[in-house]
Order: sequence, then C-alpha cells, then structure tokens
Amino acid sequence: MLDVQEIRKTFSGFTAVDGVTFTVPAQGITAVIGPNGAGKSTLFNLLTGHIRADSGRVTFQDTDITGTAPHTICRMGVGRSFQHTNIFRKLTVFENVQAALIAHGGQAGAFWSRADRLYRDEAMKLLASLGLAGQAADVADSLSHGNQKQLELGVALASDPKLLLLDEPTAGMSASETRDTIRLLERIVADRKLTLLFTEHDMDVVFSIAQKIAVLHQGKLIAEGSPTEVRNDAEVRRVYLGGRH
Amino acid sequence: MNALNRIPWATLVFIAAACVPLFGSRFYTYLATDIAILALFAASLNLLLGYTGLVSFGHAAYFGIGAYTCAILMKTYGVYFPLAFLAAGAMAAAFALVFGAFCVRSSKIYFAMLTLAFAQIVWAICFKWNSVTGGEQGFSNVPYPNLDWMASLPFIGGWRATDHFYLLVLLLIAIGFAALRRIVQSPFGRMLTAIRENPERAEFIGINVRKYQLAAFVVAGTFAGWAGALFGLFNRGVFPDFAYWSKSAEVLIMTILGGMGHFWGPAVGAATLILLNHQITSYTTYWPFILGSILIVLLFVFPGGLVGALHAGVQRLRRGRDA
Amino acid sequence: MLEPSFILAQALSGLTAAMFLFIVASGLSLIFGVLRVLNFAHGSFYMVGAYMAWQITFWLGSFTGSFWIAVLGSAVAVAILGGIVERLLLRHLYGREELYQLLFTYALVLILGDAVKMLWGTQQLGVARPAILSGGLELYGIVIPHYNLFIIFLGPVIALVCWLLLSKTGTGRMIRAAVYDREMLSALGADVGKLYTLMFVAGSFLAGLGGALVTPVRSIVPGMDVEIIVEAFIVVVIGGLGSFWGTFLGAIIFGQVLAFGILILPGFSIFAVFVLMALVLILRPEGLLGRGMKR
Repeated sequence: MLDVQEIRKTFSGFTAVDGVTFTVPAQGITAVIGPNGAGKSTLFNLLTGHIRADSGRVTFQDTDITGTAPHTICRMGVGRSFQHTNIFRKLTVFENVQAALIAHGGQAGAFWSRADRLYRDEAMKLLASLGLAGQAADVADSLSHGNQKQLELGVALASDPKLLLLDEPTAGMSASETRDTIRLLERIVADRKLTLLFTEHDMDVVFSIAQKIAVLHQGKLIAEGSPTEVRNDAEVRRVYLGGRH
Repeated sequence: MNALNRIPWATLVFIAAACVPLFGSRFYTYLATDIAILALFAASLNLLLGYTGLVSFGHAAYFGIGAYTCAILMKTYGVYFPLAFLAAGAMAAAFALVFGAFCVRSSKIYFAMLTLAFAQIVWAICFKWNSVTGGEQGFSNVPYPNLDWMASLPFIGGWRATDHFYLLVLLLIAIGFAALRRIVQSPFGRMLTAIRENPERAEFIGINVRKYQLAAFVVAGTFAGWAGALFGLFNRGVFPDFAYWSKSAEVLIMTILGGMGHFWGPAVGAATLILLNHQITSYTTYWPFILGSILIVLLFVFPGGLVGALHAGVQRLRRGRDA
Repeated sequence: MLEPSFILAQALSGLTAAMFLFIVASGLSLIFGVLRVLNFAHGSFYMVGAYMAWQITFWLGSFTGSFWIAVLGSAVAVAILGGIVERLLLRHLYGREELYQLLFTYALVLILGDAVKMLWGTQQLGVARPAILSGGLELYGIVIPHYNLFIIFLGPVIALVCWLLLSKTGTGRMIRAAVYDREMLSALGADVGKLYTLMFVAGSFLAGLGGALVTPVRSIVPGMDVEIIVEAFIVVVIGGLGSFWGTFLGAIIFGQVLAFGILILPGFSIFAVFVLMALVLILRPEGLLGRGMKR
C-alpha cells in the first residue's frame, strides 16, 4: 500500500529523518514507534506532503507521491489525524464532518445550492459509529479531549480513505478511553478494509493491535517487523531499555 | 423567539429603504444611496475577511477599477449602462485574478502588505494616466444611466431623477446581497469557512486551499467592482482616491464595526459609519479623531462589532429567560 | 546633466534621506521583529517627535545647544508616549488576532493625526539648524550642508550602537532570540511582557528621534506621518521584516532609487516604489537580509 524509500529531511543542519525505508502492507495495522525526537512526526509530515523531502521517494498504491501537495494526497485516498488534535474548533461536530464530506463529495465548488442539508444522513451515520451522534450540534471546542480525538478520526474517515495515518491517537486519554479507542480502531479497520499506520508512545496500545512495527531512533529506522521480532531486537532493547535517554 | 426568526427582516429592510424617497428630501435619498452602495462594498470585503479569514488592505483597488471602467465606458465610449456595469465587474474580476494569484501564495502579514502594494499601484496608475482616467483631477461629469423608462412606471414615475437612480441602485444592491447570501450558504461557502477555521485541516480533507482563496478573492473583487461602478455614477465623478489605501481602511472599519462574524454586519457597519460621519462632521472637523476613538472602543469592548454585540445580548436574554 | 558633481549631489541627497528613513524604519523593524505588530502609528510618533522638537525649541528659545536638548527631549517624550500606549492599551490585544492589533495602531494614526492639528494647527512649522551645523561644505562646485553630512554620519553611528546593544548585551541577545522564536523565549522563562514594552519604547524613541532630527530639513506639517510610514514600510519589506541590517541596506537602496529614479523616470516614482515592494513580497518576502521567522 505504502512504500517509503530512503526518505531524508534535514532542517538547518539537523537531520530529522535519515534515509528511512520501509513498507506498509495493505489492510493491516502498522505502527511507527521511537523515543521523543526520533522523527516520527516529521516522517508523517513527509508522507502526507506537508514537508518536502530532501531526497527519497514515497509511493502510494504504485503512484509516486513524493512532493505532491497535501490536498492531492488526501484526494488519492489518504486520511490523517494530527498530534495536536486538528479539527474545526469553532464549528459544530456535525459541521466538522459535513465539511469533510462536502470536500470529498465533489460538490465543493457549487456556489448556488444550499449547504445545510447536504450529507446530513451520511454525517449522522458516521457520527453514530463513533458514538458522537448525541453531540452533533455542540461546538467542537466544547467536547472532551477524548471526544475531540474521535471527531478528528471521523473527519479523516469522511474522506473515505484507503490509508489512515494517525499521529498519536491515544495521547492524553485515560485508560478506559484508550481501550475504547483501540476497539474502535480495530472495528473501523475491519469494516472499511482500511490500512492503518499510526505512531504511539503507549507500548501497550502498540503491541495489542499492531501487526507490523517500525522503530525509529534519531531519524534512522533501526528495526522493522512483527511485534515479536521487534520486541526481541537487540538494538531496540538498547534504545528503549538500555540507555534511557 | 423563533417567531422573530421567521420574519424576513432583510426583505422588510429593503422595502423600507425603497420608501426613503417618500420623505421628499434630497439629502435622505443621497444618504441612503451612499449607504446602500458602501454596504455592498463592505459585504464583498467580508467574503474575504469574515468568511475566508483573509485580511486585505487593498480591497479599494477593485472598487476603483470598477468605478473607472464603468464611468469611462459610459462617458468616453457611450456604452449603455447595463453593459458598462457588467464590464466593471469583469474588469475588477480580471485584476483580482491576477493580483490574487500572487497574494494567496503569501501568508498573513505578507498577504496583507501585498494587497496594499497592488492597491497603491492601481491608485498610481489612475493618478498618472491622465489621458484615460483624467489623472489627479479625476474623471468628472460622468453621465447618469438612461432612466427615462422609469418615468412611465406607475406610482414612482413622477419622482426625481436622483430618486429613480436610488431605486435602481437599491435593486442592484439587493440582487448583489441575495447573490452573496447564496454563495455564503453554499457548499463553496462552507469550504471557505473551513479554510478560515483551520487551513491545515482544510487542506487535509482534500481542499485546494489556494484555489479556493483565489476564488473568494475574485468573487469579492467582482462585487467590489460593481459597488464601485455604482458609486462613480452616484458621485458623478471618479477619483484616484477611490483606490487609495484610506478607502480600503474605511471599508475595513465598516466591516469590523458592524461585525465580520455576521452576514449583515458590514451593512450595519456601513450605515452606522456613514450616518455618524455626517452627523459629526457637521459639528467638528476632527472626524478622524472621533473615528479613531470609536475604533479603539470597538476593539476593546465590542470585538464582534455591533451585530456581534446585539447577538450576544440576545443570547444572554434567551439564557436568562430559559434559566 | 551627468556631471560628476551633479551625481555626487544626488547620491548624497539620497544618502541623507536614507539615513533619516533608517532611523525611523529601524524602530519599525524592531517592533515588528519582537512584537510581530506592524505599527502603522510609527509614522505618527515620528510626526509627534517633530512637533515636540518645535515646541521645546519654542519654550527654550534659541541658545547654544537648545537644538540638541530639543531633539533629545522629543525622542524621550515620544518614547514615554510609546510606553504608555503599549502598557495601557496595546498589551491587552496581544492574545487576539493580528488584525485587531493592526487596527489599533491605525486608530492611533487617526487620533494622533488630529491631535497634532488640534494642538499646533495646520500651518507649516520649522526649526532652525543648530548654529554649529548651519554651514556647508564646498565640494566640486556644489555645496553640501553640514547638517546633511552630520545625518549621513549619524545614521551608521546609531546603527552601530544599536547593533552593539543587540549583540553584546544579555537583553540584546534576548531580543534577537525573540525575533526568531517568541514561544521558545517565554518557555525559557524570560519576562516577555517587559521585553515587549522595552522594544516598543525603544522603537518609539527612534521614531521620535528621527522626527526631531528632520525638522531643520523638512517642514513640520500634518500629513508627514503618512508620508514617512509608507516609505518606512517599503524599506522594511525590502530589507526584511525584523532584520536590523536589512533595514539599513533597504534604506540606502531606497534612498538612491528615489534620488536617481526621479531623474530617469520623473513621475513614475510613486509607481515604482510600490512595484518594488510588490516584487520583493512576491519573489523574496523575507527581504534581502531577513530570515524566515517562526511565528
């Protein structure tokens, strides 16, 4: 589904991502982990076109997307959530999802029809699947942190993506919220036959649902494989358990 | 309170506005024409400012371009008003397309300064191109559109020419507002709001942010051009300062005064500012001082503008009543 | 027309104008660099400085050194004005959208523009050159006023003093850090509020200083605020918003372009300056010496 080749990005002398190569298999759940500053968010931003890579290639479903604009990548079937929950804070929950549906549905350029009833059913259905139907009329900013993350998930899903990139989907969540989110993600991936790529700090989350793990350290990929392989990898152990900083 | 929402306020206001000539005062008609035209100008800016989140310091450029285009076509080339009017919008749109293409590539403060630079370039061209625009002296003796057909209409046939012109202006402004309303409530309008709220998120639900910003820029410029065309006729003359940055500042203040968060905010702001201006300048020459003070009070006490404050007041009443 | 003496005269005239502009624009650039506010009222502060210089000279009468007292007094007065404006009003708008801050400075332009009319009327005023600088230097058949030479000399001196303050003092280092990344600075525990006030006061001081110094050369009229702010904007954009030496370079370039441009294409100068500004914003928005600043 996603093929990353020798991606490199340097910021004024600091190499954030240093020749990373890995693949994301279709319809699976892949996690990217690594200590803080390992380059996970930068990698995500490179994949979604928010940053231009200095060198390397990213291929999505056999199409080269290196250097493509974010909105084009999104239209090709990639959805994404951001580390700082990125939603339309002053719009209502319904309007958040509706905007994404309108943008995806191809009617976005229509300037003569009325928008308020558009995609009402689809939006409510999507919200219901996330447990947010009851808060449809609430302003997004008034939601709890966990609900906001779910809303962001909904916004990403509204574009009907084939690949979903989630940047720390359970950050700041309580233990029960985290469990609910994991179950939700598994269900969504199964129902929609999605490919999921996410980054996480919570190792329990990672090892409970990831089918493949890639480990980053100081911009380099130090391990790639199944959870068991990664858990037993010597380099990974050294980085995480040995020298803790 | 819901009954209040059902009343078609806008239509009522326009009908009431149409009755202004019944007062028989030239001055009232004059004021009303001024307000109507500048209301549309301010509303066009709000498409950029309030709905797309783009701060333009050079919106008067398109006002000026529209004014000169319509006036020059009508006086120098004898073109009929309807055609000249449409051409004014088209010309403004063309400039907005070219200027906007550069502007939307810049962000925030650079965007604002570039819009200002382009507007000043327009002003400079109008100022210097004596042979076409009349240069510093301006383009005067602009003819009224042919309003003879109005003389044969029932009831209003006997009114003055300025009243007839006012009614024509009001009709065109009403159509303009109706069109803007539709645009703002359309899917396109929703996309603009999304861009304003969170450009990064908008980009990653598949919106080509720059394309939409440019579209908003062009639409806003077109309506500003139409407002300018009418103003040139109303003023019986077009002058370079129609495009000067102080005009851009004036319309910006009107929009903020009324409230950029509401569709009718700019119109309310335009009416308020013009009426205040006329009242206060009859007592003192220090209108800028008063305006500056009003602006400061606005920024600190009523950031949502007059309509915003009204809205908040109504909400508080509702909550107090429901409590 | 292309005699060397004529070219020299034009170049020096351009350089004098550039130095006046630099003194004023450097304040604008520093305020923008640290506060991220484009202070439209900077030109108004310049104007107030000019009027204050006249007023102080009027009160003191003419004696040796009265001019310098007036210049310093005006600059300090404007600095105090800036401090009051920042502390009491502007700082309450910091959390809000930039548009509100810009409109606030524009409101100040309106208010101060009328305030000077109320206090000093609308007729032109002037201040005499100080006695020691009232002569001229004869060079290649042209006379260069001593005052102009003084200004040409003073500009770089002020630039050097400011640069030393910025690069050698602790506060200076904080200011430069703030220009680059404000959030980081407050995270490091620096008192950002005091820094903002300091910068606004310092910038206003420079504006007032420029206004006072210009009084023997240009007439003091309402409207001088608009004239200078437009030029200061262009200089700051060309040099790079927030870049100190960029402003210096931009002022020199602008001064020469204006001085010689008027000869080559008279009447197109009002055109050319805005085209130049637009070109810089399109092709290289960070200006000649500016670096991309983080928000």
